[in-house]
Amino acid sequence: MSRDAIVLLGVNHKTTPLAVREKLALSSGYEEPLRALRELEELRECFLLSTCNRVEVLFTCTQVERAKDRVLTLLFGQTITAEELDRHVYRYVNSDAVEHLFLVAASLDSMIVGEAQILGQLKEAYRHATKAGCSGFILNKLLHKSFSVAKRVRTETRIGAHAVSISYAAVELARKIFGDLTGKKVLLVGAGEMAELAAEHLVGQGVAEVVVANRTLQRAVNLARCYNGRAVSLEELLDQLQQVDIIISSTGAPDLILHKEDVRPVMRERRNRPLFFIDIAVPRDLDPGINELDNVYLYDIDDLHNVVELNKSERDKEAIKAQRIIAEEKLKFGKWLANMESTPTIVQLRSWAEDHVRAEVEKTMGRFEDMDEQTRQGLEKMVAAITGKLVYPPLHYLKSDNHCISLPDRIKTVRELFLMDNGNGDREQP
Amino acid sequence: MSYLLFQGSVVVYVLSVAAYLVFFLTQKTPMRRTGRAIFLVAFLLHAANIVARAVETGHTPITSHHETVSFFAWSLGCCYLSFRWRYTMKNLGVFVSVLVLALMLVAAFSSRVPVPLPPALQSWWLPVHASITLFADGFLALACIGGIMYLLQEREIKKKRFGLFYSRLPSLDALDKLNQHCLSVGFPLFTLGLITGSFWAKQAWGAYWHWDPKETWSLITWFLYAAAVHQRFTVGWRGRRVAILSIVAFLSVLFTLWGVSFLLQGVHTYVS
Repeated sequence: MSRDAIVLLGVNHKTTPLAVREKLALSSGYEEPLRALRELEELRECFLLSTCNRVEVLFTCTQVERAKDRVLTLLFGQTITAEELDRHVYRYVNSDAVEHLFLVAASLDSMIVGEAQILGQLKEAYRHATKAGCSGFILNKLLHKSFSVAKRVRTETRIGAHAVSISYAAVELARKIFGDLTGKKVLLVGAGEMAELAAEHLVGQGVAEVVVANRTLQRAVNLARCYNGRAVSLEELLDQLQQVDIIISSTGAPDLILHKEDVRPVMRERRNRPLFFIDIAVPRDLDPGINELDNVYLYDIDDLHNVVELNKSERDKEAIKAQRIIAEEKLKFGKWLANMESTPTIVQLRSWAEDHVRAEVEKTMGRFEDMDEQTRQGLEKMVAAITGKLVYPPLHYLKSDNHCISLPDRIKTVRELFLMDNGNGDREQP
Repeated sequence: MSYLLFQGSVVVYVLSVAAYLVFFLTQKTPMRRTGRAIFLVAFLLHAANIVARAVETGHTPITSHHETVSFFAWSLGCCYLSFRWRYTMKNLGVFVSVLVLALMLVAAFSSRVPVPLPPALQSWWLPVHASITLFADGFLALACIGGIMYLLQEREIKKKRFGLFYSRLPSLDALDKLNQHCLSVGFPLFTLGLITGSFWAKQAWGAYWHWDPKETWSLITWFLYAAAVHQRFTVGWRGRRVAILSIVAFLSVLFTLWGVSFLLQGVHTYVS
């Protein structure tokens, strides 16, 4: 009787280009796919996470290979070919799956390492899974654990507090200019991947609104939806400049799209509220002369690179620390998981009962060591007999095949009934 | 007594500046707490010194040069602490403590002999006029410090070369708010100081306005600050320009305080 395997399948920004990711993303929300997954009889518990950068499905099952195939066909089968699936989808089983989930939760697997948004998305996804009744005993424990791991990483390392990439450097600069970013508005000009990154980071810092301006409006609308923002056309650019505070430009335009003379009158209209331009396009979109205006700051990609270099070593140090925390937590969870097989539970239950009986006998009869051999053997026999009788019903319940209640659930019931996961949790026997 | 308290407070100010500077360079938080605590002790000693001196001389101790500068330093400390109580401003204490210490050293090297107050000036307008003006100066000094910090920080951000200040100074927005806060408190106080001064002049010398150098320079300073406030609140100037204007105007304050007294002669001289 082995326990269920934990399996994680997914695609993320590292393995899969944006074009494929877009197709795989669950655009219709979580309810539909979760319901479909629950219908699969191979799966016992399941959980689904879909963000701009990743789609991950986590489940427990007994027959790993079959379940994997069924899930992949169900979720991604219609959108991409089997060959593409093979190339892009990563598959993790058991402790690898646990580790990956922890990495994701702790934001070490994010596009912007250390960004805080992913944890919120994970919690949201988990809420959907519990609402749909998809997650069970094991996944509940695993996901709660991943939340606490993320929190531990956040509090014990400074992974979230440092400029870890270009976009973070941009955010850091924005903070030095604006102080608090809540309530500030961001304008994305052009919808490149880098711009998305920076925008994602800014959203994580609590900016009020994201406006997307793009040559093709459809793309702008799609991206705006990602951040609950709104889309405008490129012609409205100058009007928008009066309202936004941070502009991230990444169009593929061959020429400058904004000149110093365009921005000067805008500043008068804005009553000199600062403007922060970030130009990550190559070739550049924005006139370098813009930086000469008062209360206007312009950074291009090279400038940002220089800022990033300042913080690099610090970030590596923190990442190592975070990896260590995750390895530690993975071990702990593995230990807990091992208890989910029936054998340790049986051993533990037996020793628990025996300890109690022995203790009571000693209380009345005095210590075993002090008795003569014959009495001692008699009593030992009695202890064993009482223990056996006492633990017979729960063991019978565990061992007999019960078609209504699965083994993990039965183990869970017994463990809860006998308070086996309470207290220090180190009671398990070898 | 007041002498000892003054010496003591100067020594403690030196310690606090040292602690603050160490903190500024190493960015170790315990150092900041130490610096702040020491600064507070120095401030309280200084306050005690002023009270003691008031008791010894029998009038508000803002008449001699020593007393004025010392009170100026104290009022700057007051303004800083009042500001500190409402906002947190990264590393502002470092700059303030340095300026306070500089003022204290100036005070320490000028004559501490109490000046007997001429009968004409014995009036309750003295504490009102002098303390209001010096408190205004305290806020304006803070605005100037904010301006200097703003220019340092802005320079690094604009030039894209990050040196000592980028990570250590607060955001431009916070510094700009500091300037706004200090101007909007300091300027009305300064105006009030001018008005009370002219009432006192009427009482002491019979006319509201004499056009003696000190008054003239005060008026010039007032106009500079009026320009800054006007540009700030109606035209929407902010940041760099207001920062520069605050610094220039504060130089004019300093000139009114020292330049006029030592270079130009007038009825306001301390050293009579």
